[in-house]
Amino acid sequence: MSEQVMAAAGGGAVLAADGTPLKERLQKTLRRRKLVAAGLVLPLGAFVFITFMFPIVLMLFRSIDNPVINENMPLTAAILEHWDGQDIPGEEVFAALAADLAQARETKEIGRVATRMNFEYSGVRSVFTSTARKAKNMKAPFKDALIKADEKWGEREMWVTLQRMSKPYTSSQYLAALDMRYDIDNNIVMQDEDRQIYVMIFGRTLWISFLVSALCLLLGYPVAYLLATLPLKYSNLLMIMVLLPFWTSLLVRTTSWIVLLQTNGVLNDIFVWLHLIDDEGRIQMIYNQMGTVIAMTHILLPFMVLPLYSVMKTIPPSYMRAALSLGANPVTAYVRVYAPQTVPGIGAGSLLVFILSIGYYITPALVGGRTGQMISNFIAFHMQKSLNWGLAAALGGILLVGVLILYWAYSKIVGVDNMKLG
Amino acid sequence: MKKTLLMSTIAAAGILAASAAFAGNLTVVSWGGGYTKSQVEAYHKPWEAMGGSKINSEDYNGGLAEVKAQVESGKVVWDLVDVELSDAVRGCDEGLLETIDKSILPAGDDGTPATSDFLPGTLTDCGVASIVWTTIYAYDTTKFPGAKPTTMADFYDLNKFPGKRGLRKGAKSNLEMALMADGVAPGDVYKLLGTDAGVDRAFAKLDTIKGSTVWWEAGAQPPQMLADGEVLMTTAYNGRIFGAVATEKKPFEIVWDGQVWDLDLWVIPKGAPNKADALKFVAFSTDTKRNAAQASWISYGPVRKSAAPLVGKHATEGIDMKPHMPTAPGNFKNALQNDFAFWADHADELNEKFSAWLAK
Amino acid sequence: MSDPSDPLVRFIEVQKSYDGEILVVKNLNLDIAKGEFLTMLGPSGSGKTTCLMMLAGFEPATHGEITLEGNPINNVAPHKRGIGMVFQNYALFPHMTVFENLAFPLEVRKMGKSDIETKVKQALDMVQLGDFGHRRPMQLSGGQQQRVAVARALVFDPQLVLMDEPLGALDKQLREQMQYEIKHIHESLGVTVVYVTHDQSEALTMSNRVAVFNDGVIQQLAPPDVLYEKPDNAFCAQFIGENNKLMGTVKEKSGGNCVVDISGSGVVHALDVNAGDVGAGTSLSLRPERVEIDPPEGKFPNVFEGKVEELIYLGDHIRTRVNVCGHDDFIVKVPNISDHASLIEGNPVKVGWTIDDCRALDVYEGP
Repeated sequence: MSEQVMAAAGGGAVLAADGTPLKERLQKTLRRRKLVAAGLVLPLGAFVFITFMFPIVLMLFRSIDNPVINENMPLTAAILEHWDGQDIPGEEVFAALAADLAQARETKEIGRVATRMNFEYSGVRSVFTSTARKAKNMKAPFKDALIKADEKWGEREMWVTLQRMSKPYTSSQYLAALDMRYDIDNNIVMQDEDRQIYVMIFGRTLWISFLVSALCLLLGYPVAYLLATLPLKYSNLLMIMVLLPFWTSLLVRTTSWIVLLQTNGVLNDIFVWLHLIDDEGRIQMIYNQMGTVIAMTHILLPFMVLPLYSVMKTIPPSYMRAALSLGANPVTAYVRVYAPQTVPGIGAGSLLVFILSIGYYITPALVGGRTGQMISNFIAFHMQKSLNWGLAAALGGILLVGVLILYWAYSKIVGVDNMKLG
Repeated sequence: MKKTLLMSTIAAAGILAASAAFAGNLTVVSWGGGYTKSQVEAYHKPWEAMGGSKINSEDYNGGLAEVKAQVESGKVVWDLVDVELSDAVRGCDEGLLETIDKSILPAGDDGTPATSDFLPGTLTDCGVASIVWTTIYAYDTTKFPGAKPTTMADFYDLNKFPGKRGLRKGAKSNLEMALMADGVAPGDVYKLLGTDAGVDRAFAKLDTIKGSTVWWEAGAQPPQMLADGEVLMTTAYNGRIFGAVATEKKPFEIVWDGQVWDLDLWVIPKGAPNKADALKFVAFSTDTKRNAAQASWISYGPVRKSAAPLVGKHATEGIDMKPHMPTAPGNFKNALQNDFAFWADHADELNEKFSAWLAK
Repeated sequence: MSDPSDPLVRFIEVQKSYDGEILVVKNLNLDIAKGEFLTMLGPSGSGKTTCLMMLAGFEPATHGEITLEGNPINNVAPHKRGIGMVFQNYALFPHMTVFENLAFPLEVRKMGKSDIETKVKQALDMVQLGDFGHRRPMQLSGGQQQRVAVARALVFDPQLVLMDEPLGALDKQLREQMQYEIKHIHESLGVTVVYVTHDQSEALTMSNRVAVFNDGVIQQLAPPDVLYEKPDNAFCAQFIGENNKLMGTVKEKSGGNCVVDISGSGVVHALDVNAGDVGAGTSLSLRPERVEIDPPEGKFPNVFEGKVEELIYLGDHIRTRVNVCGHDDFIVKVPNISDHASLIEGNPVKVGWTIDDCRALDVYEGP
């Protein structure tokens, strides 16, 4: 055997007893095992792919997918492709438009066309629906007929927008998600000031998530330390108290915060009763950013405590004792010996809480009021109310990229191996 | 072997989908709370008693998102949905809803044909209205020993009535009410809102109470906020306030001035599993008797002219319902109808502006 | 090496209880001389580790006083006692390199950077790990970690080093090697070592004196040879080394000897060490290597007829189990010398021993 090893070290192929190269032989014997292993993972893999990866890919695709105009206004789209975008297009395009509009009304797709256009150019929804109603009976010259039906057809902006929207893929959703838009010459410019919102909300989402993570760490660290060091009978009780929030529904917990924090709530009543504030000076603690931060910190605290606890539990008390015996005072011993060993727990807990916070939805919706809304609330708004799923997908895509960047940065700085989740 | 597996998988999926939309069970989706209760009492129970199919009542939060998801994925499980006017029109335009032939609707009890018995504008291509509801504002009478608010302008007058206000978190009806509070006549509101100056004026008015406003989203919130003392006065759906007054004996008072009224309509998602049955239920539930009966459970006005005189007392509390109807002459003086066409064009832009304004 | 009149550490009437009901350490009096290597030996739960922890300052004494160089240290915090300590699992800081581990006690003492470097290097050289300073503890073998732990406990020149079962995690061969290394370091530095173990052979190998703990009490405090050859009581005889135990009743006592009746199987003449009065029970202790097979007539006062039950060949000796005096677990170590008796399982055999090798002790029934 040692000869074979030497031979391998020397670069020559080692042969097995039957003359085949040892490497090949080894691979053959391992292949079966690998196949079995792969077979065992397959159901979960398929499940994750179907329920997780696939929808994400679909969502990302939706953020750039733009089939509505291209499919339902095919004639116009084809001709507009070659338009230079300078002067109002000629009769040929108007004729195509009239035909397309009539056809779209026939197939009942005009509503989708109008909606899609309206996302880009506010107020043109009715231009499309009303013109489409008349399109069937229009006669040449179509240019005059269409402009007579609605003078917006005589505007360059209308045509520029239509040309842009007739391409099958678009970046306009991502621009909108970053408070930008195309101007009339197809340059990318910032959105009008009174419509800029998402960049600010992204910033606020990061800030709230950071705040919640920091608060969770601040509150969770001592609790985790107690949990890890107290005798079993006390630590069990404490553990139940930490886990208790997990066993109550999110809505119940959030609602109890409303009861506690509202202007006529328990906490304000106590402050008034203690004469800390007067009746007129009741503090607004909920339906704002403060409410969001407080309620989210409470809900996410276990996600910080548990990784910290699992790390601290593995740190034997002898480390602290060793540090003391070596002459370090308790504070130095804690800071230099104990705390550094909890870094993997801090990292894991903070990352977990931060990522969970970034996507938080129900709690800010219920207690966030005006200033405590996060990006997920806007994604939900575009999913459920405005039905602008493309914009929702773009917002979600940006959020996803943000989380991935964060994770990448974390693994660069702290190292993923250094993270301990349980 | 592979093929059999595939086939059986598809078959299994098919069975699952079929069982979700239980053959014969009519899935009726509405807004929940007291409103759904009024529909259950006035429509569902008599329908089932008459031998109609069993009704599976579900709640949702409005909007077309679920309908759109179902129709686009081809797995429609809802048969009938109660929607707002703008959604009925938009859903119809986008091909998400079935068109409803109005000839199935029975004539009024007084013999008037259905098409003229329904109030103008309450029948659309894809929708049949059942009630008129209103966004009003209300206050707690115990908090106002002296002068009480009586006009929309009072809602915005922090000097005369200092205290917190409640407003729905959204542009719709807030911008209209702000303009009316600023002295714009109902008839001019949407004309003005179509201009940048009008929008700016509405936001400027909203600015005056922004600092003292608590925002609500679900219809159940405003009565709760009033009861908790969280706000002094709040906009709300009139039925919710009436419910709190009638059944919980809350001392709330509705101000009938500058309110915005809207319709709720039945619509059928395209490809609904029990379309024929759903159509029958639409005809049944919107006949004169049923239409009037719902008003004895909640203070939303019937859309049939022939039903108006039949509105009587509350079914359990014995309150005379007529004065509480949004359509009652005394309440209807200075009311504005929500303009669905305006909102179809401008909702995206104005909601964005509203969100940006709100976040600042 | 040690001056018993000037002890470095004194335990005076020390008691310890964790729960207020049971005393884990009962009335402990112990002097440890400067430069001594003292081992606290005992089964788990005997109180030895508790004593060590009280000395280190991690557990307060419930009663009594502990002094270091004549000064009471009961109220001195652990980090101010200046005692080095080696822990059971070494407790090397995993996030620091070997160098940083060793530098830690010097840094907290605010020593200059260059001094630290010299001292750490010396300490690493002492344990033959001069090139390992940049490694993390996890990258070292068990034995290397052990050495680092020893070096760290010594690097700040404490006059007293405590070791809490430091070799427990090593395999047998490495353990024996480390025993000698620690012993050598102790001898060359002249530092005082208090060593806790439950391994009696370790205690015998390394110590100047061994304190045998049981049930919170020191059973015997003596140098290894005395402890082995002259155990004071049945527990020590049983706990240290291999021991033949014969139970009997004292029949006669005279001149430091006694005659013990082994329940009907005959009488044994034994040295009266710790036996009760006439009529009381006693356990006789007899080392297996002090028993002779087929002794010449008249050589021993104690000669008995037995039967060979089992023979185990162990190279240097043959371990022979004999049924004698009604005890079938009587062990005789027959040295493998050129003309040793050749025994056959099942055959009768004669065994004999002297009075001095057979110690009559108290009755210890075992835990």
